[in-house]
Amino acid sequence: MIAFILRRLVQSVIVMLAVALVSFALFRFVGDPIASMVGQETTLAERAELRDALGLNDPFVIQFWNFIARAASGDFGISYRLQQPVMELILSRLPATLELALVSGILAFVFGVGFGVYTALRRGNWVSGTIMTVSLIGVSLPTFLIGVLLIWVFAVELQWLPSFGRGDTVYIGDWWRTGLLTPSGRASLILPAITLGLYQMTLIMRLVRAEMLEVLRTDYIKFARARGLSNRAVHFGHALKNTLVPVITITGLQMGSIIAFSIITETVFQWPGVGALFINSVRFVDVPVMAAYLMLIALVFVVINLIVDLLYYAVDPRLRVDRANARH
Amino acid sequence: MSDIPPKPVPNAVARAWDSDIAWSFRHSPLAIIAALVSVVIILAAVFAPWIAPHDPFNPASLNLMDGFTPPMEPNQFTGNVYWLGTDNQGRDVFSTILYGARISLFVGFMAVMFAMVLGISLGLIAGYRGGWVDSLLMRVADVQLTFPSILLALLIFGVARGFIPPAYRDAMAIWVLIVAIGLSDWVQYARVVRGATMVEKSKEYVQAARVIGAHPVKILIRHILPNVMGPVLVIATIGLALAIIAEATLSFLGVGVPPTQPSLGTLIRIGQGFLFSGEWWILLFPSITLLALALSVNLLGDWLRDALNPRLR
Amino acid sequence: MAAPLLSVRDLVVEFPTRRGVLRALDKVSFDIAEGEVLGMVGESGAGKSLTGAAIIGLLEPPGRIAGGEIWLRGERIDNFSPEKMRRIRGRRIGMVFQDPLTSLNPLYTVAQQLIETIRTHMEVSEKEARTRAVALLDRVGIPAAARRIDDYPHHFSGGMRQRVVIALALAAEPELVIADEPTTALDVSVQAQIIDVLKEICAERGASVMLITHDMGVIAETADRVAVLYAGRMAEIGPVRDVIQAAEHPYTIGLMGSIPTLTQTADRLTQIPGAMPRLNAIPRGCAFNPRCKDVYNRCLVERPELIAREGGRHVACWLYEPVKEAFNV
Repeated sequence: MIAFILRRLVQSVIVMLAVALVSFALFRFVGDPIASMVGQETTLAERAELRDALGLNDPFVIQFWNFIARAASGDFGISYRLQQPVMELILSRLPATLELALVSGILAFVFGVGFGVYTALRRGNWVSGTIMTVSLIGVSLPTFLIGVLLIWVFAVELQWLPSFGRGDTVYIGDWWRTGLLTPSGRASLILPAITLGLYQMTLIMRLVRAEMLEVLRTDYIKFARARGLSNRAVHFGHALKNTLVPVITITGLQMGSIIAFSIITETVFQWPGVGALFINSVRFVDVPVMAAYLMLIALVFVVINLIVDLLYYAVDPRLRVDRANARH
Repeated sequence: MSDIPPKPVPNAVARAWDSDIAWSFRHSPLAIIAALVSVVIILAAVFAPWIAPHDPFNPASLNLMDGFTPPMEPNQFTGNVYWLGTDNQGRDVFSTILYGARISLFVGFMAVMFAMVLGISLGLIAGYRGGWVDSLLMRVADVQLTFPSILLALLIFGVARGFIPPAYRDAMAIWVLIVAIGLSDWVQYARVVRGATMVEKSKEYVQAARVIGAHPVKILIRHILPNVMGPVLVIATIGLALAIIAEATLSFLGVGVPPTQPSLGTLIRIGQGFLFSGEWWILLFPSITLLALALSVNLLGDWLRDALNPRLR
Repeated sequence: MAAPLLSVRDLVVEFPTRRGVLRALDKVSFDIAEGEVLGMVGESGAGKSLTGAAIIGLLEPPGRIAGGEIWLRGERIDNFSPEKMRRIRGRRIGMVFQDPLTSLNPLYTVAQQLIETIRTHMEVSEKEARTRAVALLDRVGIPAAARRIDDYPHHFSGGMRQRVVIALALAAEPELVIADEPTTALDVSVQAQIIDVLKEICAERGASVMLITHDMGVIAETADRVAVLYAGRMAEIGPVRDVIQAAEHPYTIGLMGSIPTLTQTADRLTQIPGAMPRLNAIPRGCAFNPRCKDVYNRCLVERPELIAREGGRHVACWLYEPVKEAFNV
């Protein structure tokens, strides 16, 4: 167990280092960091001095090390465009993104597993057929188009729900601004959450369905039926549990994608989150923000991967090899 | 015309097109419709300069008075009628869609080609060399697979843009986009080819080739590619749908193709701006085109996968 | 003769495919008496496993029973509702599958799977069920059953797992156990043990066994009677000793000739030429006619029904038609 976690941790650190390297290269070699920090009237001598003071003349490895050290303490420099510390910008926008991602993640998982199980068990009836066809449209529809169409129907035509922003927000603690506690905040969350969750839901649904069909064909399900277990016990006790083992992995990774896809949803709904910040940084080549986002998203993925591995380990007894009483 | 094909068709191709798949196609109305829609859109896009009633990129042909003409209605000033209406600058929506689809499809096809060539080459190398080359490539693939490809494309695009001097950014944008989308989607090809390579590598004819001094890689390519044609075709078809969506998404986000070469995604972004003021057609028709294109290509890919894998039927 | 425990009459199983309906079992009839072990042999694809699946009501769609009747202790069960049939499975008919490595759900302990099965069919407390489960495991020969019961399937070896599978199949004390190639996937060294365990426990409880296998050695040692299937049809059925020592159907004769034995002094093993026909290409008349060395005109056009012979034997072959009718032809 310990060895397994350690190995995973080492892998995670390597991934993080690789991303940090890209991030650093971006930071260091795109444009001239000095030019973006000083005014037009700064003399060449002053620039050279600043260059020295910032350590830009140091050997590459040392610069990289310093970059990592600063990144680890949350210092990603100042945004070129907004002239604010990058970390501050990201932290102030993180709650918006996390709330959106969490709500859509739950939506996607609950409905994805539900529909997946239903369509696997009721193969061939018209409800399943409809769900499957709609899900195919869901997979093919680009996220942004879903968002635009939802705005059109529910915000422009029906005028039921707001089309942009977070609505009213209140602070929980010092910096967490939440929209979940106000009616307009919750109303504002509905369309973005559906937009963000729909694609993931269809993916989870199709995955659950495929896995479930696979599991229903296995010998142990046949044997469970041959023992006279009820359909309920066979489907939900045996088949679903075995289905969920691979599904958990992929669903966990989907949660990562949800944070990534929030870039799109946030742009469509002008949701003041990290994703919208990132898109603007790409548009304006705001390198510090891009570099920081890169690191942040990598960190999110690495952490999610670790959690997924641990979950997997908890669900599947076959992986618990340390219980060394396996014998022949 | 003689009945004999001009050159021997590889086994796998013959197998792929034998009666089973033809039968499956004939009996899948969805696949037939999807194929029809894809072909119509692709042809319309390819021949856009000849089909489009107007050239939306020729400012001389535009009349601002024609702006905001609703579909199938005469314009209130000029009396001109446009099938799908016009946008704010008087550009014919139908024509912009044709040209937009052209760019979307171009980026999509090129990105798939790039991903395919890259994936197949890396898969061959990984499978043939094995050892640390293989482990390294597959580790990279694993890591890459954990990230959604659209995010990767976005990051690659952002990073690449960072490295390109500002003056060239717009001109290079379309190629950067192709590379970014392609780079984000090579893994599946590599996996399939690597697996097939590892199986074939140990077979006798490869060893024999080595003995007689032929380059084993050449032989592997000749034998493996036909074997993986089926899966690669499926991956490429679904990949095309994904690439079209990725391009549209990036363009919608305003980081894809430059506004001077609007793709379907760009058109939708422009159209969204007129949603609240009531000019719905500027948004709706490009959206429908994109949806029809992505959906039908996706359906084709789905059908192809099922047809080539009878176990799932 | 007492009424049989299981009685199968003219059972037909069909698979509709896009190229027409395949008839996988064609009018198969046989009985299993109380406490009897019936061996069922045949090549793969002959329909042995399908017969078992049809009896227990677990034919995989699109397969379906298209005709015939199945009677269990005087009650017709082939037309039972799914729910009624479910109550029979495990409780009255148990089943042991071929591969012990895949028959057990890897995510549940042996105890969980046993207790679940026992409590599905019997009104007992969790604790009571557990006691029974331990006793069962002990009976099938799992050492330290009380401790091993909380292990997961992957903690057991293949032979041990098949013992667990037998315990599970017998957990609700069924009257009939269908064992579908129970030893094929096991090491030769443990095959005999598993068969012995199965046979002993069933004998102890008076349960009948339908033993599906292609291993004539196992049949010879275990079964009371043997049924030979060929291309979805019953070729011959009768007491084991008679069939092995004096097979009547040309197919069975060929089958016996292909098995090395110590008692017989054949100079060489014989081989049946050709292969069993595919289901979509079963010849007219007797299904065995293309491979039969005694084939004659009638075999090519008319299908032989089972013909009663002395000693409770039946054989589906025109060679054994009662003499007076043969004159009429």
